[in-house]
Amino acid sequence: MKFTKTVQLAFGSILSNKLRSLLTMLGIIIGVGAVIILVSIMDGVTGQVTDAFESFGMNNITVALTSRGSTRHIEPDDMYEVIDENPALFTYCTPNVSLTATVKTKNASDSEFASVTGTDETYDKINQLGMQEGRFLQFIDIEKQLKVCVIGTYYEQELYGKGKALGQTLKINGEPFSVVGVLEERADSSENSSDQCIYIPYTVASKMSQNRFISSYTVTLSDANKLDEAKAILENRLTKILGSSDFYNIIATQEILEELNKIIGTMKAALVCIAGISLLVGGIGIMNIMLVTVTERTKEIGIRKSLGAKKKHILSQFVVEAATISGIGGILGILLGAIVSFAAGKMLNLTIVPSLFAVVLAFSVSVAIGILFGFLPAKNAANLNPIDALRFE
Amino acid sequence: MNQKPLVEFQNIYKIYTMGDSEVRALDGVSFSVFAGEFVAIIGQSGSGKSTCMNIIGCLDTPTEGTYLLNGNDVSQLTDDEQSEIRNETLGFIFQQYNLLPKLNILENVKLPLMYKGLKESEQTERAMEALKRVGIDDKCHHKPSQLSGGQQQRASIARALAGSPSVILADEPTGALDSKTSAEVINFLIQLNSLGNTIILITHDNSIAAKAKRVIRIHDGKIIYDGIPSEDSIIRSTVLSQREGAI
Repeated sequence: MKFTKTVQLAFGSILSNKLRSLLTMLGIIIGVGAVIILVSIMDGVTGQVTDAFESFGMNNITVALTSRGSTRHIEPDDMYEVIDENPALFTYCTPNVSLTATVKTKNASDSEFASVTGTDETYDKINQLGMQEGRFLQFIDIEKQLKVCVIGTYYEQELYGKGKALGQTLKINGEPFSVVGVLEERADSSENSSDQCIYIPYTVASKMSQNRFISSYTVTLSDANKLDEAKAILENRLTKILGSSDFYNIIATQEILEELNKIIGTMKAALVCIAGISLLVGGIGIMNIMLVTVTERTKEIGIRKSLGAKKKHILSQFVVEAATISGIGGILGILLGAIVSFAAGKMLNLTIVPSLFAVVLAFSVSVAIGILFGFLPAKNAANLNPIDALRFE
Repeated sequence: MNQKPLVEFQNIYKIYTMGDSEVRALDGVSFSVFAGEFVAIIGQSGSGKSTCMNIIGCLDTPTEGTYLLNGNDVSQLTDDEQSEIRNETLGFIFQQYNLLPKLNILENVKLPLMYKGLKESEQTERAMEALKRVGIDDKCHHKPSQLSGGQQQRASIARALAGSPSVILADEPTGALDSKTSAEVINFLIQLNSLGNTIILITHDNSIAAKAKRVIRIHDGKIIYDGIPSEDSIIRSTVLSQREGAI
């Protein structure tokens, strides 16, 4: 008997019991759908996280200083020296001073709290910031400790109105700063987005901060593959200056991303396992229905055997039927998964592309489940004694 | 007759053990059927005729004794070997027709040919030929439920004929039919026999058995009569009583 004939037979049998077949498939549909949805969404999240980190600069290393209260500091010149000595490893270094300050326009009565970053003229290059208008901080601003600031589009729109910020005065902790530049919009100019930012010269910021020292440096690598070498050189120099490795912390964006991806990967595996349980339950459902089907069709099996069907014919008939049920279930599950993934992607603002790998895997697994769970009932059917089967009513 | 028998039972026993007791469904049965014969195996229910038919049909194996089919010993075969023998050598006609309700008549008749492994086109050709012989080729695309009992039985005869078996085994073929249709079916079997087909008919009905050329009467697992119907005393008495009834 040809395979196509067996499949045809299976379709006939499935169609003659539409509701039952659909309910049997439901377990597989939900299982496969869940696997595809979860894999797609987790891939979307991974993509978004990676994009976010790439916008920070994948080649960046942050040196966070914790030497609070110590007399020994890392001065910008110490860092510049390291950078200059190793041109093959490093391209830029910028100091960061983070402040929380009150900001308001010159004539406003209310002020709001804002986080202000003190930095130098290379910050925009390191973080790939573009200018909407005006300019970024310049060497002279740092050197002369000028009270100038560059703001994000959130403050531009919130405080002055679009296109009206340049040349205005912004009061930071009561001191007047001149707005010299507005950054290009990076997010949607809303509150708490990356457009809510204010940059001032670090020389000014460190004076405004309580402890008057630089809280961190951002260093860019010339080659992402030389991370370990670069870290070793920085550690060496910092430990020498500070006397201990306890007073600083070197964090590489790359490493954080790797860690995050590991965590997301583990979560993905755990979620897929949970979805896999529903596939298992679906498989048991198929086995259950196939056992019922075999009992119902005992007479048919008897007739087929009396006409010369061998065990392999009966076995393949029922295994193919189970595999066809689960295969159709798999295809419907893939469709369901794809539709829900796209909908979820739209809702969560993620770029979601169901992976071909997940689709092929889901389909093969569902067919395999059909074969696996269809085998026992089919074996029962094949082993039926033709006389008993013929007498069965 | 010098030729080899088609079906040969040599001292066949079929013993069922139920707890401590032993039931001898067949108790040392020997007979031979030659090509071209029309034999009726007759007996009351529980006589062992069904067991006899199951063994002839390779649906069951004897506990003891040798069964030669076409000269080959088929007493102790595996399930799959039995299936092959059934497919190649035997054609079954059942009391309940045993057509698969979800398949149409043509597909039903094609079943044994499909298991034979014939090409689709050859299956259809031979199935249509068999349906023509029983005269229902025009109904080949109907489902069994759309046919009358007599037509369904014809379809099942076509299915038995399609594989060109050496022996046609009919198990109570008229059991579910009214007397007019049964007569038609029996006449058809007689006609088939006259064309050279070997037919073994299993029945409990004396009037049906009387239509065969030879009668084997089984009682309590033993053959109590084997010969022409007119000399079978029980048949004779039945026939006589029917005549008396008619008078």
